Amino acid sequence: MEDNDGKQKKAGGRLCSICTQRKAALKRPKTLEQICRECFFDVFEEEIHKVIIDNQLFKSGERIAIGASGGKDSTVLAYVLSELNRRHNYGLDLFLLSVDEGITGYRDDSLETVKRNEVQYGLPLKVVSYKDLYGWTMDEIVKMIGLKNNCTFCGVFRRQALDRGAALLKVDKVATGHNADDIAETVLLNILRGDIARLGRCTSIITGEDGPIPRCKPFKYTYEKEIVMYAYFKKLDYFSTECIYSPNAYRGFAREFIKDLERIRPRAILDIIKSGEDFRISTTTKMPEQGTCERCGYISSQVCYIFSCLHI
Amino acid sequence: MACGLTGTGTGTGTCGSSCYKDNNDGIEDSTNTFSPPSSTTLLPHMKLCYKCKEEEVINSTGGLCGICFRNSLFAKFKQSITTHDLISSTDNILIAFSGGPSSRVVLEFVHEIQQKAQKNSDASRDKLYPVFGVGVAFIDESAVTSIASDDLDNAMQDLRLIVSSLALPTKELHIVPIQSIFSTDLKDGRNKLNELLDTVNDVTGKEDLLCHLRMLCLQKIAFENKYNKLVLGSCTSRIACHVLSAAVKGQGYSLPADIQYIDARWKTPVVLPLRDCLAQELNLLCRLNSLKTLDVLDAPRSGINDLVSKFLTTLQEENPARERTIVRTAEKLIPFHFNRLKETKDTDETLPRRRRRKVNLQPYESVPSEFLCSICCSPINKLDMECLNSKLEGCETNFTIFGASCCPSCQFQILPKDSSSREQFYSLLPRQMTTRASDFIGGDQTWLREQIKDCLLSDSEDGT
Repeated sequence: MEDNDGKQKKAGGRLCSICTQRKAALKRPKTLEQICRECFFDVFEEEIHKVIIDNQLFKSGERIAIGASGGKDSTVLAYVLSELNRRHNYGLDLFLLSVDEGITGYRDDSLETVKRNEVQYGLPLKVVSYKDLYGWTMDEIVKMIGLKNNCTFCGVFRRQALDRGAALLKVDKVATGHNADDIAETVLLNILRGDIARLGRCTSIITGEDGPIPRCKPFKYTYEKEIVMYAYFKKLDYFSTECIYSPNAYRGFAREFIKDLERIRPRAILDIIKSGEDFRISTTTKMPEQGTCERCGYISSQVCYIFSCLHI
Repeated sequence: MACGLTGTGTGTGTCGSSCYKDNNDGIEDSTNTFSPPSSTTLLPHMKLCYKCKEEEVINSTGGLCGICFRNSLFAKFKQSITTHDLISSTDNILIAFSGGPSSRVVLEFVHEIQQKAQKNSDASRDKLYPVFGVGVAFIDESAVTSIASDDLDNAMQDLRLIVSSLALPTKELHIVPIQSIFSTDLKDGRNKLNELLDTVNDVTGKEDLLCHLRMLCLQKIAFENKYNKLVLGSCTSRIACHVLSAAVKGQGYSLPADIQYIDARWKTPVVLPLRDCLAQELNLLCRLNSLKTLDVLDAPRSGINDLVSKFLTTLQEENPARERTIVRTAEKLIPFHFNRLKETKDTDETLPRRRRRKVNLQPYESVPSEFLCSICCSPINKLDMECLNSKLEGCETNFTIFGASCCPSCQFQILPKDSSSREQFYSLLPRQMTTRASDFIGGDQTWLREQIKDCLLSDSEDGT
């Protein structure tokens, strides 16, 4: 029977478990189903579309900035959002928004990737740099304070830089490429550190709704491996070097643990996110209040305080 | 001769001091014979306990001697009991003993406070001070472990010796095979148990199911022998593992239920008096005080639980306070209504006035009734409940209803996937679990009807 089937290219080759017509090309990381490339593209995109619709992430006519670092997550996000916007008529104006931290040999190369994406996807690109906004590059900051804790400085700066860039573009929302692995990792880290305030909100798919420009994570339930696989099969152009200043020691523990979990039980990543969503935090626990900074008027963060440290 | 030499150099006072210290330590310090002693020379050799300043410090105790170290752990134990009213004088408590360091310490500490209570009772004239009763339960899991029978026999003998060697009051020891919850015929029960575990494919699910069966067995012993509280030796480290494991299994909603001092969702409430002590501390205490543990009974673990345990061990080496931080994080999650004991007024009246003081507990925000998973007894949250209810519509068979009354985690890792395996799984379960599912369906019809009404409304809207 199999011998007579002309479509069967190899003896013993399995067919896609979804369409049962084409040859299976991959084992899907999230479900371990063996499927073909076309079906993988379909389920991957359709799941993200479902997340966008179910959570009402966007409204027709909105201007959306995609946080673009040149890495795989933001590259795939830019590609997929463009596709879904066209296919399902979201009616969105999409932009690429990049932050230039001023890290020689790392960010300048990744920004070249984003500039190519701008051309390939037809999305306008805006780059904001630490040098322009704050007068310092990350190279200069590290020279002053050393490698220790430099990620904290950079994280605080980048967050405000993204807000400032979004304000310049006059967008309604910012979409970031945080994936399921990132969110599960954050849930774990907040448990390990005893950070109850963040634990309560780190699984939100939209954050900052009370602020000027909300942020959303369309890839909240999308596995990192699938993003890599999608980029690979679509032959998307992305930059994959890690930051040269990042010691990554502590996050590395949790990251490695999550990879081990995924190997034993792929669904564990979604289960961690579900736990994070289901936690009920006691209202008697005092939560830090969020206010507006007196000096610059933006949502209160540590930028101005850190600036004081740098100028001393 | 050495003293003589030193004497000529410095004087009789210093000589006497030096002699005293040498004798006290019982250590010959060769440097003293050649040079006059000085305070700087002495300090590096003798670290004294920061608390009593008398005894030598033992490593890994945080600067304490053996006696003060034990006293500090006992104080934590006592504090837990007093603050949360875990053991009262009219109780009859059952200690779950596994042979490990934690349950060994809890046995020792409970025995100590019982002895003191007995002395107080004996000393009082009017016998107003009743003394709580203590029993010890050991669950024999040799039906499902690969332990050698010789090793098991030796362990049982050691266990009986440990319990019998405790001074009066007498403690009854219950050694019960885990298959007894399946059948009074132990051979039949053994077969059912093994068949049941074989239907579970997931390694972690199998392990967790065994854990749930163990609790069923302990509850059975407690109920049949009229104990009113069950004492577990769960320490900070074990609870930290549980917090992470539960989070990884998607049980974020129910995990606060398992980590409080009191858990009264069972017929016999469960209390955790050693909750504030670390496994490392308890291990050390057993070594220092020669408390015998039954190491051969340690079961090997695998799957998610083992991975979490190894992960925490790695983190603990990097930062010793990690386990406490994890538990402290979980403490900020809202407990459930059954995480406190029901207040009984009868007991209060029999006690002298001064013993009626109670800690004012914060009011818990919780719904009056919580639906519990039929397998693991975890509370099921409202969203998951709605999913379960939609599955319930049109269900007719018992095993289908049972499946729908389990939490998502148990459905994934314990319940078999296909219908025939699920039916077999249901037929093998102990009766206590299957009756729980019946209660789940039969009880609180109003609540269910309300949920179904919500579904019906949304259905009609879709129809329009």
